[in-house]
Amino acid sequence: MPTIRDFQSWPDAQGRFGDFGGQYVAETLMAPLAELTEAYLRLRDDPEFLAELDRDLTHYVGRPSPIYHAERLSKHVGGARILLKREDLNHTGAHKINNTIGQALVAKRMGKPRIIAETGAGQHGVASATVAARFGLKCVVYMGAVDIERQKINVYRMKLLGADVVPVTSGSKTLKDALNEAMRDWVTNVADTFYIIGTVAGPHPYPMMVRDFNAVVGREARAQMLQQYGRLPDVLTACVGGGSNAIGLFHAFLNDSDVRMVGAEAAGEGISTGHHAASLAAGRPGVLHGNRTYVLCDDNGQITETHSVSAGLDYPGVGPEHAFLKDAGRAEYVGVTDDEALEAFHLLARTEGILAALESSHAVAQAMKLARELPKDGIVLCNLSGRGDKDVHTIAAREGVQV
Amino acid sequence: MSRIDRRFAALKAAGRTGLIPFVTAGDPSPAHNLALMHALVDAGADLIELGVPFSDPMADGPVIQHASERAIAKGVGLGDVLAWVATFRERDKDTPVILMGYLNPIEIHGFQRFANEAVAAGVDGVLVVDCPLEESATLAPLRAVGLQQILLAAPTTAPARMAKLCEAAAGFLYYVSFAGITGAGRLSTQDIAARVADIRAHAKSPVAVGFGVKDAQSAKAIAGFADAVVIGSALVERLDGAITAQDIAVRVGEFLGPIRTALDAR
Repeated sequence: MPTIRDFQSWPDAQGRFGDFGGQYVAETLMAPLAELTEAYLRLRDDPEFLAELDRDLTHYVGRPSPIYHAERLSKHVGGARILLKREDLNHTGAHKINNTIGQALVAKRMGKPRIIAETGAGQHGVASATVAARFGLKCVVYMGAVDIERQKINVYRMKLLGADVVPVTSGSKTLKDALNEAMRDWVTNVADTFYIIGTVAGPHPYPMMVRDFNAVVGREARAQMLQQYGRLPDVLTACVGGGSNAIGLFHAFLNDSDVRMVGAEAAGEGISTGHHAASLAAGRPGVLHGNRTYVLCDDNGQITETHSVSAGLDYPGVGPEHAFLKDAGRAEYVGVTDDEALEAFHLLARTEGILAALESSHAVAQAMKLARELPKDGIVLCNLSGRGDKDVHTIAAREGVQV
Repeated sequence: MSRIDRRFAALKAAGRTGLIPFVTAGDPSPAHNLALMHALVDAGADLIELGVPFSDPMADGPVIQHASERAIAKGVGLGDVLAWVATFRERDKDTPVILMGYLNPIEIHGFQRFANEAVAAGVDGVLVVDCPLEESATLAPLRAVGLQQILLAAPTTAPARMAKLCEAAAGFLYYVSFAGITGAGRLSTQDIAARVADIRAHAKSPVAVGFGVKDAQSAKAIAGFADAVVIGSALVERLDGAITAQDIAVRVGEFLGPIRTALDAR
């Protein structure tokens, strides 16, 4: 790969991030994707659209989210300062709303009265159902039957918000199957339907559009760092399933070559056990869900079932921009096990009074590792992408506690 | 002239509409896949579309997804599919075989390796569902060894793009008659007829119509304006549960027989 000077200029016009990304979809989707790309490229530079988005991010989502110095956690770890970007404080409790608010506004401008979404942990489903209610759009959420079982609270939350939750019983009955099903719905009902993809995967323009809407996280964080600390952090870390919160944090810093970036993937029971969801750390380049990226598959090219204690990281692919950043050497991707994430969850709860989502707990675990490697005046900025209320039952069950 | 081109030329000369059945390789039975392929030809197939099982068939409906899942559960992979085509070719040198599937199994197998092995096995064309014209540079190694890349066209395809597809089409252009997944129900014959007539006027290759064709009646309606008819989900559904080679052959005959008759009665 040639040396890359400007990391913020991607993707190219074909939606490619180097060798990754693109539009690997059936012919029937090419027209809807072209329509969406055209509409989005127009809107992303439309001052009126951007002002409307900003208003909702401020008054509805509750932005900006603070960066918080987790002093007691940092002290416990013994090393650099750990700062948390508090995306868990957003309306609906995660970064996902940054994207769904943006896409719902695009849907509205495109005149599509029906939105569909796929969801794993349920966070994106809730965020989609929320904005559908906010803008008066009909909402259908596809969710794997296994995930529905794991995330009952979020399922009920979506129903309270007026969405139809459709269980998906094909394949592994998790996020990737929900994505397949949502794609089918879109192909069939494209005239009146807008498909809100929840992560930076899928065919172009989704990886770019979802990244743009989440990039507010990094823009804010970068300005907050300069204002409050007079410097940029030494290292950023965030969990990576599809990778939307990670790219959201990373993007504004991509051309700050002194800022290191580490994505924390779900190593599940350990990468060597095969029970994990670490596409970048342990996968290979392939094509899944409309883009070329790193995927977890067997030697026949069949996508393999993944494992993570957190439903939101349980995905056998990853956003193509992360694949690109990995191969370009701009970001590193490492595995964090279920046990490490749970340990970080408990530690953060007890030292800081914050219940992090299991997804985000992977990032916290990685932040702790990074903080140990740095001197005391170093700074690790960790994206606390969501709150953990939704995971309380999962954690209790895993630890043999009756709630 | 490729085997596909020869077959369409012969159909045209005889004034016949081509019949292209689709089956998922290894379903209902890996052991009888060869028997299934020969049974398709015996029942009147002009070309065979052999589905390469994939775990995440985004553009297919539940029937074909389940067939894929069944085949994968029995361990069927791309290597098996190529081996079956090679064995089929020992007896049948004339019926074109097209592999239909998704990119990932081919990429993981290796594009060049797949290209060489497919040609050696006697595969004639590939229809890679998630590889539209814009991404087709990926498949250059396949075309370089003579495999024809079958392209899809859809009701949603815009005119400028349709012109590009007509220009780039090789073997035949596969018109997806319904803007949905395979096996979907709705079909307006008049709409399809108008679109297909337009495409046939511009395409460099014959036009096959599929998606939603399920019996003699719907096949015959399409035969009036298409060069060939593709039948997939309804056939795969009919074959589900067949255990013996004989049972498979009987079901294929009962299903395709009336369709063949209807196509030839025009």
